[in-house]
Amino acid sequence: MPSLGSDMEAGTLVEWLVKPGDTVARGDIVAVVETQKGAIEIETFQAGVVDRLVVEPGTEVPVGTVIAHIRGEGEPAAPAPETPTPASEPVAPKAAKPRKPAEPTAPAAASRARVSPAARQRARDLGVDLETLTGTGADGAVTLVDVERAGAAAPAPVPAPAAKPTGDAAAAMRRAIAAAMARSKREIPHYYLATTIDLTRALDWLETENRRRPVAERLLYGALLIKAAALALKEVPELNGFWRDDAFVPGTGIHVGAAIALRRGGLVAPAIRDTDTRELGDVMAAFRDLVQRARTGRLRASELSDPTVTVTSLGENGVETVFPVIYPPQVAIVGFGSVVERPWSVDGTIESRRVISASLAADHRASDGHRGALYLRALDRLLQTPETLA
Amino acid sequence: MTEDEIRAAVLAALTGVAPDIEDETVDPATPFRDQFDFDSMDLLNFAIALHRSLGVEIPEIDYPKVASLEGCLGYLSGKLQDA
Repeated sequence: MPSLGSDMEAGTLVEWLVKPGDTVARGDIVAVVETQKGAIEIETFQAGVVDRLVVEPGTEVPVGTVIAHIRGEGEPAAPAPETPTPASEPVAPKAAKPRKPAEPTAPAAASRARVSPAARQRARDLGVDLETLTGTGADGAVTLVDVERAGAAAPAPVPAPAAKPTGDAAAAMRRAIAAAMARSKREIPHYYLATTIDLTRALDWLETENRRRPVAERLLYGALLIKAAALALKEVPELNGFWRDDAFVPGTGIHVGAAIALRRGGLVAPAIRDTDTRELGDVMAAFRDLVQRARTGRLRASELSDPTVTVTSLGENGVETVFPVIYPPQVAIVGFGSVVERPWSVDGTIESRRVISASLAADHRASDGHRGALYLRALDRLLQTPETLA
Repeated sequence: MTEDEIRAAVLAALTGVAPDIEDETVDPATPFRDQFDFDSMDLLNFAIALHRSLGVEIPEIDYPKVASLEGCLGYLSGKLQDA
């Protein structure tokens, strides 16, 4: 039973998506687990053959319990235990252990056309078989547009009905948030910094960019903020990572957790892995996919355990400035408020500009205000050249 | 395309974005943001769904015009008549 955060103690197995004898690849989704954060898909981080399913659906087990045995190539079958045992051998890592992005498909054949992660994800969403597509991208790569086109031509898949949360589920999520936030305020010495950033150039660029993009590939300014927040972390890396055992542990990549409010209340902050190295269109596609699945379907375990920093925006609700609370064991969270028009001095003249408040809450054990200030300055600078974020 | 067909397509797009919405509970005049806590991501997904089902491309500048059921039906009727 993998851990999806320091506040998770147990999970209930809802259903197995594999059976003994099935071959699984690293990253395949093998089970659904009910946690305080809702129903979460569990990936395997080991390839092989499913040898034995140890935990029965409906059973609640502590984090770290072995729930299945997967036999690697050449390994003998595991002996059958009498009862589920506490794990010394978890099937998935407990924390944000570095690993390559999960790709829940079979390994690519050498001759297979290249497919961008966003296109692959979209194909899964639309039920499009990638093998049937002819890529129009560079070197025959299958692009998001190819998938969207195929998806539009095919009958739309019937969306899975969103799980109607019970009062218990909502209360459990509330308790999980309460535990994490109470721990944060109890243990983390926050410091807060804020600045106002002229977003006019970025929004103008975005409007022009969106006019040339197909509807399905339009960008929201939230994606621009997430990408800029990720890139700025490269300049102040001590804000990206975790505080563990009285020491800062740097993140092994920049995986921004995007805070997503759920319609029924509560929130989740799943990761956009390697945010800093993705193209802006890819960041947007991943962001859109996470929002959609967080609100109507299921997230994956790794998406909830991977974030190395969190970005939250409450601007659409008219909030001018956010004073966010760090999600432990992370050491920083970046907040954005509303875009508002303000008189602004530009080259000695006063103009009406669209500005946004950016705030940073950081763990004073891991960084100091000076470094936090440099981070916000980098964020501002990056947002003045939006074309470089693409 | 008839008014009823447009309405059905709009409601299908709406419930595609937020499956917990029930057709009969939609207040035609109240913006989706106020009724269903829609944000910009929901509105984008709504525009994408309408583009897929009706072939109408809604420019960003027109998003406010489709932000309620009433507004959306009027906007789309006009667009489909022009087409």
